[in-house]
Amino acid sequence: MKSHSRLFPIFLVALATLAALPAAAQDWVHTGSNLGNERIRIAAADFKPVGADPQTPALKAAFDATLYDDLGNAGIFDLVSKSMAPQAAPGSPQEISLQQWSAAPANAAMVAFGALSATNGRLVVYGWLDDTRNTVNPQVLGKQYNEEASQDMARTVAHRFADEIILRLGGGINGIAETKIYFVSSRSGTKEIWEMDYDGQNQHAVTHLGTISLSPRISPDNSRIAFASLGHNGWDIRTYSLELGRLVSFPAGTAGGSNQSPAWSGDGTKIAFSSSRSGDSEIWVADASGGNLRSVTSIRGPNIAPTWNPRTNAQIAWASGRTGEPQIYTMDQDGANMQRLTDSGYAVSPSWSPNGQFLTFAWDRKYGPGAPGGRDIYVMDIASKRWLQLTHDAGINDYPSWAPDNRHIVFERAVGGRSQIWSMLSDGTGQHQLTETGSNFMPNWSWK
Amino acid sequence: MNRLNRILVPVALLIALITVAGCGKKPKHVPASETAPAAIAPAPTAQFSATPAQVAAGDQVQLSWHTTEATTVSIDGIGDVPTSGVKTVTPSESTTYHLVAKGDGGSAEATARVIVNGPPAVEVPTTTMSAEEAFKANVQDIFFDYDTYDIRADSQATLSKDASYLASHPDVKVVIGGYCDERGSNEYNLALGQNRADAARNALITAGVAASRIRVISYGKEKPFCSESTEECWQLNRRDGFTIDQ
Repeated sequence: MKSHSRLFPIFLVALATLAALPAAAQDWVHTGSNLGNERIRIAAADFKPVGADPQTPALKAAFDATLYDDLGNAGIFDLVSKSMAPQAAPGSPQEISLQQWSAAPANAAMVAFGALSATNGRLVVYGWLDDTRNTVNPQVLGKQYNEEASQDMARTVAHRFADEIILRLGGGINGIAETKIYFVSSRSGTKEIWEMDYDGQNQHAVTHLGTISLSPRISPDNSRIAFASLGHNGWDIRTYSLELGRLVSFPAGTAGGSNQSPAWSGDGTKIAFSSSRSGDSEIWVADASGGNLRSVTSIRGPNIAPTWNPRTNAQIAWASGRTGEPQIYTMDQDGANMQRLTDSGYAVSPSWSPNGQFLTFAWDRKYGPGAPGGRDIYVMDIASKRWLQLTHDAGINDYPSWAPDNRHIVFERAVGGRSQIWSMLSDGTGQHQLTETGSNFMPNWSWK
Repeated sequence: MNRLNRILVPVALLIALITVAGCGKKPKHVPASETAPAAIAPAPTAQFSATPAQVAAGDQVQLSWHTTEATTVSIDGIGDVPTSGVKTVTPSESTTYHLVAKGDGGSAEATARVIVNGPPAVEVPTTTMSAEEAFKANVQDIFFDYDTYDIRADSQATLSKDASYLASHPDVKVVIGGYCDERGSNEYNLALGQNRADAARNALITAGVAASRIRVISYGKEKPFCSESTEECWQLNRRDGFTIDQ
């Protein structure tokens, strides 16, 4: 369980760096994400319902299920299954018997518990986190929430409480339970931009344009979505304001030809995208307002799918067909210092990790006529060019996108002609499907 | 191995479940609070004409229309029609055709008047090809090799014929659509389809067709002509498609 090397051997790509690398640095993919650390054994007690409001049972059910899933999804816990947990639902620190939770079969080091009530249309939740082995001063967290009583809010409050626990126990990295995923869905008949919670709940359409819209990218402040949309003269980059609920102007994105695959810089001030306006598709950068447009590359062949280094906002990775089939490259934002990262096959759809260290991308290492065509998701350490394959023998995988915690990746998987959105931990474990209705594509994880 | 099974078995079950239950499932009921406000899209525009505008009873009239930003277009008495198109009608009396284009940004209307004179003429032979049929018969698609946008030798001859038809029909405008097979990634295929369409555009311009008569759109793999995963089908999809720009 602890050693990923047994199941996912790491192959060294760059011969030049081979000699310089320590031979047994197998936890490289976990650096900064705590994924490789020993997992904390944690239990989530069912919350105690308080009062007789008829809304309470349904809200409690939504809350309990969401909190349990959030802690299970976090990637840093060994979550006590419900069948091993005590039946008790302690509603306060006075009511909990910590010994009951630390003993077998639960063996929990930490336990989350509390009380929930619905009163006069308000949802009130008290949540605690106790360290079961610290009998003198067990309380790690105590939180109170008072919100409108609704299913949505019950889930939201559970997400907030889960994120508090994850922040406290996960090395100071914010949890992702309150983040969103933007994606393309064709379930209404045309490809539109959709939004959902990180766990697949609350799926709803954002755009209703009736054309084909692709490649949604949410701005770092969650206010605008940039995407590509088919118009009369080709593909335009359009931007949609979530605050105003309508399209807002992005003049640099319309020029005829194919303007596509936008990417926000981490500070939200710039958008990079691919445009064919010069007669060949190149990477261009504009201010977020759509002004100050400049071209970055001048390379024959398709140049698409830029992604910024979100730590520096000074480098861009992208996919280029300059030598034939597309490969992943990095460069400075002015086009200097181009470096090729993949050596062969068909590599597209890079996404730069929030800590700046890794790229995840889709790669078919044996692409070609007659080849079976298994496109999988990979993570590469940019400095060493060492990579790890995250998906294996399951459909055609594309469009990976990092979660802000560095620990999770969302991606598209097509099986039998239908595409769905999946998420996983950034070591390839914990894969689960988030969408089931229609076909869904090109997910993009929000920045916070 | 156990761990792999733990991943694979649920995945396989999920896939099986979706295969069994997913297809016939009704779309989830969307509560009102989940419906995002509609975008303010540009207002639709509509152009609509009838040629000739004056005919004898029994003669054919060609209605042609072109709309932008419209999602549904209908003509009174005909019903729903594509957002752009042509249709041949045979009005028995003077008629005003009324077209309504509706889109996210509102609606647009246009009318086309046909005056019908006198008694029915002698039956008109129907063997004359419409402009669209003639275009299709003379301007043919070209095909590309895998993951390339170079014009093949066999396509050079096709493009020469396409160019000479366009040279002899200076009123015809053309849309070149660039298409790809299903194997690549959507974004890369948009760029590849653009390069394929641009390659044909450049060849037509070199052959003397005015650039202003050519509109280019990359469809990548978004609008496949053929949907099977076979080499024959992929070849059909790796193409430039030519249509009249209405």
